[in-house]
Amino acid sequence: MSTWQSVCQLGDLQPDSGVCVLVSGLQIALFYMPQESTVYAISNYDPIGQANVLSRGIIGDIKGQPVVASPLYKQHFNLITGVCLEDETITLPVHPVRIEHGCVQISVKE
Amino acid sequence: MSIKKTLVVIGNGMVGQHFLVNLVNNPIKEDYNIITFCEEPRAAYDRVHLSAFFSGKTAEDLSLVEPGFFEQHGITIYMGDKAAKICRDSKTVTSEKGHSIRYDKLVLATGSFPFVPPVPGHDRAQCLVYRTIEDLEAMQAAAKTGKVGVVVGGGLLGLEAANALKDLGLQTHVVEFAPRLMAVQLDDAGGAMLRTKIEALGVVVHTGKNTSLITDGEQCVNKMCFADGEELETDIVLFSAGIRPRDDIARDCALEVGPRGGIVINNQCQTSDPNIYAIGECALWNGMIYGLVAPGYAMARTVVADLAGNEASFTGADMSTKLKLMGVDVASIGDAHAKTPGALVYTYQNGDTAVYKRLVVSQDKKQLLGAVLVGDASGYGTLLQYCLNGIQLPENPDALILPSRSDESVGLGPDALPVSAQICSCYDVTKGEICKAIDAGCTSLDGLKSETKAATGCGGCAALLKSVLNSELAKQGYEVNTDLCEHFAYTRQDLYTLIRVEQIKTFADLLARYGKGKGCEICKPTVGSILASCWNDYILKTEHTPLQDTNDTYLANMQKDGTYSIVPRIAGGEISPDMLIALGQVGKKYKLYTKITGGQRVDLFGARVDQLPPIWKELIDAGFESGHAYGKSLRTVKSCVGSTWCRYGVDDSVGLAIELENRYKGLRSPHKIKFAVSGCTRECAEAQGKDVGIIATENGWNLYVCGNGGMKPRHADLFATGLDKATLIQYIDRFLSFYVRSADRLQRTSVWMENMEGGLDYLKSVVIEDKLGLCEQLEQQMQTVIDTYQCEWKTTIEDESKLKRFRHFVNSEQTDDNVVFVEERGQIRPADEQERKHFKLVEVA
Ligand code: SRM
Ligand SMILES: Cc1cc2nc3c(=O)[nH]c(=O)nc-3n(C[C@H](O)[C@H](O)[C@H](O)COP(=O)(O)OP(=O)(O)OC[C@H]3O[C@@H](n4cnc5c(N)ncnc54)[C@H](O)[C@@H]3O)c2cc1C
Ligand code: SF4
Ligand code: FES
Repeated sequence: MSTWQSVCQLGDLQPDSGVCVLVSGLQIALFYMPQESTVYAISNYDPIGQANVLSRGIIGDIKGQPVVASPLYKQHFNLITGVCLEDETITLPVHPVRIEHGCVQISVKE
Repeated sequence: MSIKKTLVVIGNGMVGQHFLVNLVNNPIKEDYNIITFCEEPRAAYDRVHLSAFFSGKTAEDLSLVEPGFFEQHGITIYMGDKAAKICRDSKTVTSEKGHSIRYDKLVLATGSFPFVPPVPGHDRAQCLVYRTIEDLEAMQAAAKTGKVGVVVGGGLLGLEAANALKDLGLQTHVVEFAPRLMAVQLDDAGGAMLRTKIEALGVVVHTGKNTSLITDGEQCVNKMCFADGEELETDIVLFSAGIRPRDDIARDCALEVGPRGGIVINNQCQTSDPNIYAIGECALWNGMIYGLVAPGYAMARTVVADLAGNEASFTGADMSTKLKLMGVDVASIGDAHAKTPGALVYTYQNGDTAVYKRLVVSQDKKQLLGAVLVGDASGYGTLLQYCLNGIQLPENPDALILPSRSDESVGLGPDALPVSAQICSCYDVTKGEICKAIDAGCTSLDGLKSETKAATGCGGCAALLKSVLNSELAKQGYEVNTDLCEHFAYTRQDLYTLIRVEQIKTFADLLARYGKGKGCEICKPTVGSILASCWNDYILKTEHTPLQDTNDTYLANMQKDGTYSIVPRIAGGEISPDMLIALGQVGKKYKLYTKITGGQRVDLFGARVDQLPPIWKELIDAGFESGHAYGKSLRTVKSCVGSTWCRYGVDDSVGLAIELENRYKGLRSPHKIKFAVSGCTRECAEAQGKDVGIIATENGWNLYVCGNGGMKPRHADLFATGLDKATLIQYIDRFLSFYVRSADRLQRTSVWMENMEGGLDYLKSVVIEDKLGLCEQLEQQMQTVIDTYQCEWKTTIEDESKLKRFRHFVNSEQTDDNVVFVEERGQIRPADEQERKHFKLVEVA
């Protein structure tokens, strides 16, 4: 079952950059691209560097896919699918996000 | 009415599917109605990457069948239906679900099954194997309640399974009957090295162990009893003790099988009945079962060719393998055990880095027969090519495994390979075929992959494929692309000029005018650095923050566990006792690991992101400033004690070092910049190993430039002699500004100068003789940076809005529970993965 949960205010996000939220014990990185009015939610855990750091990576696009580059060893993760561009056997959990009245909401599968 | 013949394939595994794909690409398919029996509940999937199932891949992700494949090609697939019986007289196959098909040609691709030793208790609950998706689901379920897992079998697959158990969070053991791990591929020393590495990861290895009984455990579900009387409690037992060909159906219809199993085939992959072929792991060729996918694929191609009436034969396959087992590189090539008569063996063993390499060479030292690599398999591609293509070895073959301690390269460039060299063994692609595709206009790696299929199997050949591509492109005179990245079709130097000339102040503006897309982790920091070099804004201004590398965004260096280190500036390495005490107090209060760096200052490690601002507040109150250890910028100006104290000192090296460090601190540059000043030619500050080095002489200061330590050390070159301080500083201003303007991204001064046409002499003519008429501008630019210096940490702690970023969670005060420290030599260090799970957290302030 999945339900929408409010996790923070839009103002808590960093434009063109990331922050991390704690949702039901999960660390989730939120990336905000104000120009597209898009927020992406992806696991904060970098399985390659084995640390909770992805929210602190640089975001951008590679061949049209929105990505975050891990701050540890620079692998790219697709922000929509969670797939690692350098090693397609690795996929990170991603979560649907929406903005309701200035509030960022995530749907996490329970 | 169809006059078509009928072809039946039993088994839709990796090889069966490869056969179908090859068949439908051949005109001969028109002659046949094609029917396949698939025992599993789903069509073929990638067993080689089965373990990826645990890192989130689904059965669909692993599928090897393009959507609509069977329908499109009119292939009938009986899903979840096992072929039960072959009647060779009536040429029919009957299935469990009752289908009965008359065939003209029959292909057996039944694969193999995991061998489970007939130990009493082997069929108890949670005694599992590792071959199908269903097996993995069973493991997942068992791991939910279990704590301990044992893999029986320390071969390649066993270790892969052990890794899976470990990743499922189980305390993992490997039990091997042989005296070493990977007995088939490795020799004793290689096996021992692998064992050390794997044990370091927390997996317990038991070799020379013979399981005699599995029974009820006390703490765990099961207990294993060994022949030597020892016991091991475990929840899961995973058998990985080898594979056995699935040849029952062939036996039952009296096809010839080998004494230890396997359906006997000839070079055309025909069984003892010429209308029946066998391919893949069920087939026995020349007394061999190949437990790898590439030989199976070669057999599949052979059968398609044979059906089409083309000459083709399967004549054995190379069993060399390279893989990463739990992060440890392991490779084995050819005759790894030196069984060839007269073979010579060379070994290299490095106990420190746990690297083991062994070469097996022919008696005349001309041919490579085999190799074993553990811990570092970077030489695999080269060695494999030597071995497979019979390329003559260099005079001292051991050079191929010794670490290269000089510039001399013994690697085998792609040019040295004959056109017949097989680059990709999974898809049997030769260098010749790759070159042909490149000639036909395929000039990207992705293009080559889809055109030739090379590097789309196990991926082991990807690096070699890329080097063949690059060398061919270079030969054809293709311009090497110097674009910064896909977002900017400009070099760093171009962008520097554009930013300066057009007074561009933000990344967004530059991107709108000269770039495309959103940017990436290459162009953003590069542009961020140029903007800082030119305009020297506070780097955490809202529009600049997203451009910075993590280290710059948090003004601290990220460590492996996501915590940070803190390096305050200690100009010239000079520090008063009070300042030292202040540093010590901060280190103590926040329980940080402290260390003297190689740059004559102190590093404090293990700060959580939320601790950075309070720590820096205390440091700033004590009189410290940011040391920019996180930036591509001036790092340190190292000094020796100099004339103030030293009996040989000619001038005040400490004084000059402090002055220079304060002058250039905060300067952002293409790469980091390091200085040193020595008080006499004894050179205790090692100035000739720095980007800028200064040595005092009786006649004034001697200036050296473009040296560095690091990966490729380079001695600095003498640039000017006998300078007074004003001239010295003038030259350095110009030198640094010119470097900032014209170097490439991440290019140290040494490489920058070496790549410059005219080299050192040209550099002198620009900086000393002002050949380009630039000097005034260069000095001015430096003055702007000096005048606008700010301590970024001071600015940050004074700005509430900037401090918001320094939290692990924006919605919670909790900290990252993955950050765990343990104590070592009286200080903290990050816990390793195993410790993180088992040890208690050392309380941090
Ligand atoms: C802390 C320190 C090691 C120590 O404990 O002594 C260190 C630590 C790191 N060095 Fe270093 N280097 C340190 C002195 C050196 C020195 C010695 C020196 O400066 O005299 C060298 C060789 C001299 C040189 O650079 O020419 C050195 C050559 C490197 C290199 C190789 C550079 C090269 O051109 O080959 C790298 C990698 C890079 O920069 O790309 C590197 C990179 C790093 C990084 C940034 C790696 C990373 O990305 O995490 C480390 C950051 C650790 C941290 O969080 O603080 N470090 N590093 C030293 C800090 C000095 C300081 O006070 O700022
Ligand atoms: C975890 C793991 C990792 C591996 N890693 C590597 C690696 O890195 N490199 C490498 O080269 N190889 C690797 N292998 C081996 C590789 O997967 C096999 O070599 C390959 O799958 C063999 O293909 P196959 O078609 O012969 O057998 P399979 O893929 O096993 O296919 C046989 C199929 O036939 C079906 N079948 C059997 N009998 C019948 C019947 N009577 N009627 C209908 N269907 C039937 C079976 O259910 C099965 O689906 C690995 C294997 C595993 C399990
Ligand atoms: S030498 Fe390597 S490991 Fe040691 S501090 Fe420098 S970069 Fe880190
Ligand atoms: S060798 Fe396996 S993909 Fe090329």
